[in-house]
Amino acid sequence: MAAAVLPAQRRAEIGPQRLAFAVMLAFFVLGPLAMYPVFLMKVMCFALFACAFNLLIGFVGLLSFGHAMFLGTAGYVCAYTAKVWGLTPELAILAGTAAAGVLGIVTGLLAIRRQGIYFAMITLALAQMIYFFYLQTPFTGGEDGIQAVPRGKLFGLIDLSNVWAMYATVLAIFLGGFLLIYRTIHSPFGQVLKAIRENEARATSLGYDVDRYKLAAYVLSATLSGLAGATNALVFQLAALNNVHWGMSGEVVLMTLVGGLGTIYGPVVGALVVLAMENYLATLGFWVTIAQGAIFVVCVLAFRRGIIGELARLIRKPL
Amino acid sequence: MADDIILETRALTKEFKGFVAVKDVALKVRRGSIHALIGPNGAGKTTCFNLLTHFLVPTRGQIFYRGREITGASPSTIARMGLVRSFQISAVFPHLTVLENVRIALQRKRGHSFDFWRTERVLDELNDAARQLIDAVGLAEFEGTVAVELPYGRKRALEIATTLALDPEMMLLDEPTAGMTHGDVERITALVKRVSANRTVLMVEHNLSVVSTLSDRITVLQRGEILAEGDYATVSRDSRVVEAYLGAGHG
Repeated sequence: MAAAVLPAQRRAEIGPQRLAFAVMLAFFVLGPLAMYPVFLMKVMCFALFACAFNLLIGFVGLLSFGHAMFLGTAGYVCAYTAKVWGLTPELAILAGTAAAGVLGIVTGLLAIRRQGIYFAMITLALAQMIYFFYLQTPFTGGEDGIQAVPRGKLFGLIDLSNVWAMYATVLAIFLGGFLLIYRTIHSPFGQVLKAIRENEARATSLGYDVDRYKLAAYVLSATLSGLAGATNALVFQLAALNNVHWGMSGEVVLMTLVGGLGTIYGPVVGALVVLAMENYLATLGFWVTIAQGAIFVVCVLAFRRGIIGELARLIRKPL
Repeated sequence: MADDIILETRALTKEFKGFVAVKDVALKVRRGSIHALIGPNGAGKTTCFNLLTHFLVPTRGQIFYRGREITGASPSTIARMGLVRSFQISAVFPHLTVLENVRIALQRKRGHSFDFWRTERVLDELNDAARQLIDAVGLAEFEGTVAVELPYGRKRALEIATTLALDPEMMLLDEPTAGMTHGDVERITALVKRVSANRTVLMVEHNLSVVSTLSDRITVLQRGEILAEGDYATVSRDSRVVEAYLGAGHG
């Protein structure tokens, strides 16, 4: 009887999760019927970015305030290798992702030694250094960024200048990244991460080298953020300075909080809501920022768990 | 050095900005015994514990475990050597279920768990062992409960089950019965007695009836120094000990 408890519990959790996944898939597959494909591609890139960020804060309890450095670095490397070296898109994305991963190892070794607000401050400081480096160094094009990046032919075969080919590619990358994060959260590794989030001293006293687990999670998060940034650069054929700016690091925090910290689907919903606001309220000019701020305040005050977090509480199942 | 001493400290000292919390403590814990560390509030018991498991770094002195010096080792290394502690403030993983709490400790047997690409279902093979431990501390009906929802005494029981899951050679229990109801105290006392077979237990405890029931040997600390040592009968007759307790306002 006891042996049946866990699988039953797991089944009950999997039901709503499958449904949520089906809804998300349907949204991105059918979405182009009602919305601009480029907008939806941007949503997918930033949804992946927010999911990667959420892996760190939601499941390890580390608030990074410098995640834009991974998004931006991967964007620059992807754009540069595609435009100047003429790499095929899959290799350019790979190069951008790898660059973010390496940056993750270097900055992670420094940052994970501290906790809480100090961790956030160190990541912010490192990201600012990276920002000024990209502002000054010639290869990024400074304020202009790297423009007119060729999308090229995927595997030398599929021409990504066709918007539907590009859309399918972005969808595949997003789903791949999303499922990898889902698996990570539900892996033996993910269990240790949750234990560290819940009680770091206790995890240490059970014999876990928490710093190594934190570093591994940090690098994984950085790498997946890079995947999002590299893909984004190809979508817009542009690597721009605003993607390494600290404002972008703040925006991903906003997306995650609005959607639901520590939930699986929250960051996706958060990215959609925040980007839709920017996009559809763009005619309001600077009022967008004020509207965003107001929504952020309302979210924190009224739905502290975020949209998906509150929904999950309502149905009493993790989402 | 006799083989039957599992843990020994020499001249262990910890100073906090001029305040000496632990001073020249020479502690010897015999293998297989239940050793209690008692003393009035502020006597340095918890500091002593933190030094032993390296959550604090000693100002001076040395610590030996199984004849090897561990003074500079990291807390996680010491845990992997079989010297595992519990905490004064109950240390569960609050938003994981009882089963998951215990499984986290059992998972250590797999070595390092960096396999983020594998499903957590590989951990299901640990469920039976986890259930045995949960059953042993009387939590069988709570295995699916999230730890934060357990009453205090049950949390302590869960913590002990988690510590036991590591099958430690030596357990350090920091006030295992603190803040418990009478029934819980009895259950935990019996549990500590039961799990101490084939193990060494060093515990900090305020409840003197628990100490008298369980301990083979007692060390009394006062103001960071060892005041007296011996079995319960010896220590309880020691006039300095009586004075220390009465002087500090205890009965």
